[in-house]
Amino acid sequence: MNFELTEERRMLQDSLRRFLADKYTTQVRNQILDSTAGLSATIWSQMADLGVIGALLGEDKGGFGGTGFDITTVFEELGRAGVVEPFLDTAILGAGLIAELGTDDHAGILEDVMAGSVHLAFAHGEPTSRYDLNIVATTAQNRGDHYVLNGRKSVVVNAEAADHLVVSARTSGDVDDQNGILLFLVPSDADGLELNGYPLISGGRAAEIVMDGLVLPQDALLGSEGNGFDAIEKCVAMANVALIAEALGAMETAARLTLDYLGTRTQFGRPIGSFQVLAHRMADVFIELKQARSAVILAAGHLEADRVTRERHVSAAKHLIGRVGKLVAEESIQMHGGIAMTQEYELAHIAKRIVMIDHRFGDTDHHLERFIALGADQLAGRSGTAATTA
Amino acid sequence: MDLSYSDKELAFREEVRAFLKAELPSDLSDKVRAGATLSKQDHDRWHAILHARGWLAINWPKTFGGAEWNAVQRHIFEEECARAYAPRVVPFGLTMLGPVLQKFGSKEQQDHWLPRILNGADWWCQGYSEPGAGSDLASLKTSAVHDGDHYVVNGQKTWTTLGQYANMIFCLVRTDPGVKQQEGISFLLIDMETPGIKVRPIILLDGSAEVNEVWFTDVRVPVENLVGEENQGWTYAKYLLTHERTNIAGTGFSAAGLDALKRIARAEVAGGRPLIENPLFAARIARVEIELMAMEITNLRMISKAASGQAPGVESSMLKVKGTIIRQEINDLTRRAVGPYAMPFVSEAIEGDNAGIGPDYARPVARQYFNNRKISIYGGSNEIQREIIAKTAMRGQTG
Repeated sequence: MNFELTEERRMLQDSLRRFLADKYTTQVRNQILDSTAGLSATIWSQMADLGVIGALLGEDKGGFGGTGFDITTVFEELGRAGVVEPFLDTAILGAGLIAELGTDDHAGILEDVMAGSVHLAFAHGEPTSRYDLNIVATTAQNRGDHYVLNGRKSVVVNAEAADHLVVSARTSGDVDDQNGILLFLVPSDADGLELNGYPLISGGRAAEIVMDGLVLPQDALLGSEGNGFDAIEKCVAMANVALIAEALGAMETAARLTLDYLGTRTQFGRPIGSFQVLAHRMADVFIELKQARSAVILAAGHLEADRVTRERHVSAAKHLIGRVGKLVAEESIQMHGGIAMTQEYELAHIAKRIVMIDHRFGDTDHHLERFIALGADQLAGRSGTAATTA
Repeated sequence: MDLSYSDKELAFREEVRAFLKAELPSDLSDKVRAGATLSKQDHDRWHAILHARGWLAINWPKTFGGAEWNAVQRHIFEEECARAYAPRVVPFGLTMLGPVLQKFGSKEQQDHWLPRILNGADWWCQGYSEPGAGSDLASLKTSAVHDGDHYVVNGQKTWTTLGQYANMIFCLVRTDPGVKQQEGISFLLIDMETPGIKVRPIILLDGSAEVNEVWFTDVRVPVENLVGEENQGWTYAKYLLTHERTNIAGTGFSAAGLDALKRIARAEVAGGRPLIENPLFAARIARVEIELMAMEITNLRMISKAASGQAPGVESSMLKVKGTIIRQEINDLTRRAVGPYAMPFVSEAIEGDNAGIGPDYARPVARQYFNNRKISIYGGSNEIQREIIAKTAMRGQTG
């Protein structure tokens, strides 16, 4: 057994933590939150220079990481500092899908992503798909030398800043079929693509997207017809591992702020942390945080395993983090009292990020059901693509 | 034991329903249902409608222009108002200051201030909390020094709800720093227009601006604005707090929230069927519904005790803790119910432009979830309430 990070990852962790502690102050973050861009281009390019994006992509794609523990190392620090910049959307989802399905023709985009000069977004969720990855109502008609896309995509994070969108659509099958789903690389300024952008509660921006007769050349197709779903599931597993690591980092910040507060805030003539009722609740938070870290390690360590093993571990972790996240966010606010309710205090933002992570790629209930279904599959010896939905 | 309402009470409920149906403007209830921020004009409008019917000061005696309803009537009225999405009656003048003036105020104070609360001439806010005081209210520092015909007030108040609309504030101030904390406090009425008062909004984590900080720098307050006796303010403050804790269980808000949650869970589809049929989610809703059913009876047991003339004691603390837990659980489930559409931040300012970002019902729910984290913090946090319950239990006085 060895639970230490490798030397390279520890160096990455150290430099990232130092950079964010210096540069991503509460004041800077609040300015970014108030901006209409929803992100800081300066911070983005500085972090790209630090190798943050390269650490999220495999060596075969020109990066130098891309495994579960690379992802958790980076995202834990992003979470700790409450970073709103869309690393998940550009590097894990967008670049991940291109790396998974793209050809040598796409190497240039990945290089640009790693250099920090290109943004991506994953346009997959639809108004009625909720957390089910197999539900795609958007259609793609193959017209020989081109495709025509029609449909809507919802809460597409980072869509406005993205240079390209990775868009899912189906050429065949019912609305909830796993087969028949394709992925396309779509320039964000394409005709027939309409974006309606807005800010998110936890920072950053997203958009509703309408595609009305969007014409795409043949080479916009990523991979071949029919293999879209497997790639989506795999990259969403990576995204969920990133999200749980981010939540872990954010929860540690929430716990640290709360602990500090219990030690400094006095009521009835003594620090409130000396009241046993609060001290014990703080202890519960730390117990749950230990469990949360174990769940993150377990999921990260199984990201390269076979599908059912991978997905069961991802769902287990996302369920546990969803539950612990709610506990830590709510307890931190409650133990702080009124001050935690104020926008300008760091905890407010951190708590919102923790809670809102439950709304991306499946909440705690969704993943509990999925964990049960995948377990039943495993028992029955089914390791194929069943039980992807709750 | 009789668990049903009397015929008289049922008839009263019908009367309230008919009134709400006829008199509650639909644009107001639409705003409340949508979780929109109410303007001062919105509040004033509803206030005037209730006043015209004589149903504004439901807890005041008739001699002061109140409805003088008993606890059961008040409960029925508040429950129906919540279910009809009526605006909340702003409590500072009506349920907090009013009873204090009626019990401890001078004849002149009663004659001057009480009618102005009813006709909306004054909008009162509360000057209790201070930075550093919070639930330890008696440690407050704002000072008032006697100087001829005036008190000179210096200090800072915080969490002043809707203080931006108020022209008057009732304050706890320290008039004698040399005695035990609780003994040197006085209760002052202060005109917000007086030179030396500064109000600054505090933006809450959901983006709302409903609370404020208020600073006092050499603010001169006429001595006739002292309520009762100097240095006896703590007695009046405690009396006020027992009134603040009426309708503390908030069962009407929970019932309305549960209705909305079920409506949303029927409309949302998860895994190919309505979310309300999902066994996990259905169990979560059922659990909180069962809690609420019991809570309604707990509340009525307390109310019936109060109606028979017994003062509510530790029960109000119990109702506050359980009531806030249930309301927050309903807020949490509602946030979860809308799935990814809980993520957009749709502020009042851009609401018009952003129609079409998910279903209408999704827009306020995450904001409400975050905003209502406050209900277990303010008015004496749940931790303070549990202390009260525990201390009473140790003395063997819980029933």
